[in-house]
Formats: sequence, C-alpha cells, structure tokens
Amino acid sequence: MIKLLGAFFLALGLIGAALLGVVYQIWLSSPWQLLWLPITVVALLLMVAYLTYAERKIIGYMQIRIGPNRVGPRGWLQPIADSIKLICKEIILPAKSNRFLFIIAPALAMAPALAAWAVIPFDDGWVFADINAALLYLLAMTSLGVYGVIIAGWASNSKYAFLGAIRSTAQIVSYEIAMGFALVGVLMASGSLNLGDIVRAQSGSHGILDWFWLPLLPLFVVYFISGVAETNRAPFDVAEGESEIVAGFHVEYSGMLFAVFFLAEYLNMILIAALTSIMFLGGWLSPFADTPLESLFAWVPGVAWLFLKTSIFLFLFLWFRATFPRYRYDQIMRLGWKVFIPLTIVWILVLGVMVVSEFAWFAPAVSSTV
Amino acid sequence: MLENYIPILLFILVGLLVGLGPVLMGFLVGPHKPDEEKDSPYECGFEAFENARMKFDIRYYLVAILFIIFDLEIAFLFPWAIVLQDLGWYGFSVMSIFLGILVVGFAYEWKKGALEWE
Repeated sequence: MIKLLGAFFLALGLIGAALLGVVYQIWLSSPWQLLWLPITVVALLLMVAYLTYAERKIIGYMQIRIGPNRVGPRGWLQPIADSIKLICKEIILPAKSNRFLFIIAPALAMAPALAAWAVIPFDDGWVFADINAALLYLLAMTSLGVYGVIIAGWASNSKYAFLGAIRSTAQIVSYEIAMGFALVGVLMASGSLNLGDIVRAQSGSHGILDWFWLPLLPLFVVYFISGVAETNRAPFDVAEGESEIVAGFHVEYSGMLFAVFFLAEYLNMILIAALTSIMFLGGWLSPFADTPLESLFAWVPGVAWLFLKTSIFLFLFLWFRATFPRYRYDQIMRLGWKVFIPLTIVWILVLGVMVVSEFAWFAPAVSSTV
Repeated sequence: MLENYIPILLFILVGLLVGLGPVLMGFLVGPHKPDEEKDSPYECGFEAFENARMKFDIRYYLVAILFIIFDLEIAFLFPWAIVLQDLGWYGFSVMSIFLGILVVGFAYEWKKGALEWE
C-alpha cells in the first residue's frame, strides 16, 4: 500500500513538473489561456456532474417517477453527495489483477476524453488550440478511449470484465469506421480539417438550411448513432449489459477508480454531442440567421447556441436510453457493418458528385462567408 | 505554428491529472481493509474456477483485421476529401475506382460470411 502511494505521488509529481514546463511556455505566448483552462475544465466537470443528475431526473419523469429529490432543493445537490460518497468508498484492488494497469486504465479513458476539448471552438476564435489538423487529432483522441476499456478488462483478470472489454472493443472499433466515413463527408463539404473553418463553411445566406445536416443528412444520422454506440450507451450497451455480464469491463472497479470511468463516459457523451452540433448543426452559428428574427436574437453569444445544440443531443442520449430496449450483439454488428458502412460509402459518392458539380450548397457564392 | 499545439499538451497533462488525482484522494480518504473474499474476482458468488484470460471467439479477431483495412481506407480518403473541390471530376473518378475496388472486397467479405454473428 505504501509502495503504491509512493508510485502515485511520483507519477503526479512527474505530471506536475511537465505541467509547470508547459504552463511556463504558454505564459510566454498567450497568458489568457491559463485563466480559461481551469474555468473550462471545471465547467466541463460540472456539466458531467449535472448530466448524471439530468439523466436520473429525465429518465425518472419518462418512467413516471420523480427521480432524486432528497439532497438539496429538488435534489440539486445529488451529484455532489454522490461524488463525496465515491471518494469515501474503499478502492478494492483484486488479488489476481495486474495492479499497475488496473489503476492507470481509468486515467487512460479520462485523459483523451478531456484532451479532445483542446480543439473545440466554443465561439468564433474562442478555441485553445487553433490547429489545422483538429479533426485528425479528434479522431485520434476518440480512438484512444478504447485503450482504457481494453486495459481495464484485461487487468481485472475477471471473466465478466474480459468478455465486456472484448465486446466493447469490437463494437467501438466497428462503429469507428462508420464514424470515420461520416467525417470524410464533412471534410468533402467543408474542405478543411479545422473545426472553426468547418463551422464557418456552414454559414451562408439561408441560415439553418446552410448547415451540413441537410446535404449530409444520412451521414449526420450515422455519425450520431455511431457516437451513441462509441460511448457504449443504451441501446448499444451490451459491453456493460447488467443482465448478462454484470457491469462489463468495470465490474471489478470500485470507489474513485470507478468514478473516473464514469466521468470519462459522460465526458465522451458531451464531446460527441458537441462535435455533432459543430459539424452538422453549425456550432456557434445562430439558427435565426437570415430570418426576420435575426436581429431579435443578435445579443445571444455563440457559445450559448453551441450549448443549446449540445444539450439537444445530450437529451437524445437520455431519451434513447429510456425508450429503446438493448440491441443483441449480432444486431449491433449488423447495423454497424451492413447498414452504416454501405450507406456512408454511397453517400460519399453522392456527395462527391454534388461537391464537384457545385450543386446548391457547394456553389462558391453560397458557401462563402456573409 | 507549432506553438498552437502547446495547449494540447497542457490538456493531455491536465486530463491525466484529472484521471489520477481523484484516485489518489480516494486511496487517502477511503478505508482500506482487504480480505481474501473481497479481493477475489467477481463470479456471481462462486469461486473463480479457471483463469479469466481464456480463449475467445475468432470473429473478434476478424473484426479487428477488417477494422485496420477500413481505417487505413479512411485515413487515405481524408486528404482527398479536403482538396476535392480543386481536383474536380478527375479526382472524383479516380477515387470512385478506388472505392469501387474497396466495395468489391467488402462484398466478398459479406458473401463469405465474415460479417455474420449468429
């Protein structure tokens, strides 16, 4: 136990030292980021906390229950009580597990889920890393999340964890292909890997009709459903199907180790929702642009629109969970490989014709910024 | 240009910190009373009767291999997709042939039953 704590402090010390170096670098170039970074991270974690509250409340009402209502007014302090409870719980390290991998697996799930937010544009120009390879970076980060799952399943040395991890990996990997093809469609339409440019490519003179959801409708649907499968959410949650393999890859995890997995899953949900709104629903763009109502809503900051659109998709995540029964594993694989992949390939060809012939949305005059 | 990437490094480090920090707090605050039963792998109350790292279905392996092929495909499509507007019909038809070959391979896998999970 002492050895373990020592290793922990060593790891945190190393990360802290590296952090200091990076912070110094940033202090030299753009000090404002040092103020915004903690605010963003805390805001994200608060969003995660209240997403769990919203989930229990919304699913509760959908099932004609009230949901949590004891801790604080209307149960608002429930997530805080939950996190305090989880901190105080014992962390069990199974005797047969591979301890090192067992402990770093949640961190490996968490780090990419948070790191992906570095390239998300919250408003025009409000982005931490304005890089031109943003979408490639995002693809890399969302793929890295699978390591947390498979390492957790392997290190637990438990049958349920192992089965859950293998299923989950095959599922994530399958839907990643459909997701990748959907991203290719976005790239064809926008002509840039930079997320800010992708949003700007969606502004035009027809407001909401210029957003990519319309020309890319099948890819939009495929992307979001793949996102649900990618985050192992219902109805694609066979990886942790409690009625057969108990909890899947995190069956041996308890206390804070489990909480970090939980945080990572919800952070990934928010990420997928935000990405869907950025790539298909115009990110920070106002839905009332180019309509008579435009001036009425001109005071609303872009980040509020992004938040609103993200919330719609998050609500869909919860709605799916309350509505659909769990898919069987062969049905999941069939949907991924035999429906989504052919659909996306066909739509990439259709889109190719539209882009090259400069049809409607892709005519140079329309796609230029207003 | 390259300093645009520094915030990413910062975010990755903060992500690791958020992943490991709470766990350390859990170790420090929570109790630690291990016993043999508690530390044994969970198997619905039974004693674990064999190694959990067992053989698994070959189809998972197949999925992994197919994934590599398709993912490479996507990586190959990315640069093409960005410059499609400049490439025009020539670029489009070349990639159509390429995608056609891919679809032939995909149809072969499908026919061979590589995608069946019954």
